[in-house]
Amino acid sequence: MMLPLRMEAVSFLHVIQPTTLEIVAGPSTIILGANGAGKSVLMRLMHGLLQPSSGTMAWTAKGRQAMVFQRPVMLRRSALANVVYALEVAGVPDAHGPAMEALKEVGLAHLAHRPARILSGGEQQRLALARAWALHPEVLFLDEPTASLDPSAAREIESIIRAFDAAGTKIVMATHNFGQARRLADEVIYLHQGWVLERAPVEAFFSKPATAEAAAFIKGELPWA
Amino acid sequence: MLSIFGDVRLWEIVILSLQVSLSAVALATALGLPLGAAVAVGRFPGRRALVVLLNALMGLPPVVVGLMVYLLLSRAGPLGPLGLLFTPAAMVIAQTVLITPIIAALARQAIEDAWREYEEQLRSLGAGRMSAAMTLVWDTRFSLLTAVLAGLGRASAEVGAVMIVGGNIDGVTRVMTTTIALETSKGDLPLALGLGVVLIAIVLALNAAAMLVKEAAQRRYG
Repeated sequence: MMLPLRMEAVSFLHVIQPTTLEIVAGPSTIILGANGAGKSVLMRLMHGLLQPSSGTMAWTAKGRQAMVFQRPVMLRRSALANVVYALEVAGVPDAHGPAMEALKEVGLAHLAHRPARILSGGEQQRLALARAWALHPEVLFLDEPTASLDPSAAREIESIIRAFDAAGTKIVMATHNFGQARRLADEVIYLHQGWVLERAPVEAFFSKPATAEAAAFIKGELPWA
Repeated sequence: MLSIFGDVRLWEIVILSLQVSLSAVALATALGLPLGAAVAVGRFPGRRALVVLLNALMGLPPVVVGLMVYLLLSRAGPLGPLGLLFTPAAMVIAQTVLITPIIAALARQAIEDAWREYEEQLRSLGAGRMSAAMTLVWDTRFSLLTAVLAGLGRASAEVGAVMIVGGNIDGVTRVMTTTIALETSKGDLPLALGLGVVLIAIVLALNAAAMLVKEAAQRRYG
């Protein structure tokens, strides 16, 4: 088990202020915050795409992790070949079978031989999830994966994320969609100007935010409430 | 005038020109693509200076390249003992020097743009820099084709370098451009014009082909 991930006084430039956090296996963690609060950067630090300016990050053991970005990046080859590529980079032999399985899982088997870059936005995001699924990651980071999708495509993505959760993958996801947070989260980490101000179970966070900033954020995002 | 296209001399000159320029393009591609990819993806001291240098070298004057290669290959030069001066091989060397920076610089640009788009995704998947570079070369293959053709266009159209190192020897190192220069000054305009037409047709055909390939690829692969 690679989790828990321990972050000790981790900062990044002026974007993330010294943060001490432990990410444990199990509950789906949603990172909430306004644009520019540092959600994406915090996840990139966790995933290892960015190196902290100070502080330490420690995984408990080596293991597989994957990340799905807001805008999926597909290689100029077929959908299937994109998944095969990910498996081969990860050192999986005979990648073809598992890649096809992953495409079936996200409902893209019928598009396996289509060039990936001409798929629709929702299909490309599902393909990005298939690429992650094939790797059987212990941890899956998602950076606003539905932000540029229409509601029905977003629902499909959410149901795949639930399947990851059901398969035992730890979900760490940034979003500013409250409905999505409520549907998918077990716990919320609330970021404000680079500081982690709150960490609470999802219902507690939305019904009784502990800080004035979080209360204002929730109110601002839900003008009808 | 049209009878010039029945002239065997003309076609021998065309064939030698293509042999020289295509050989130079093959060599320059073998050198320039890896160089461009390394500069695009690599992180090493002097990288920015190298980018500037490559871009600047795209505009190398052919006569200067000819002169440098001439000095290298001349009897007193460091490569003099090879006896290559005034042979087609010398012309291939000169054109390779001329167009390697062009292919490298254009490849660097295409691969670096792709790297900017792909970097996070490829690093997230765990690809090292070397394997990322290979992936990018394959993914930008249609843009790289344009870079290679730009090199071929430059090679087949230049006079200065092949004139100096080839010597424009009849039947040995006389290519389209040097023949046009010579025959024009001698007043033999039909041969000069005929070669000019062939040269332009080749360049046009190459660029049309490149555009068709790129458009087809765009439709096919996005």
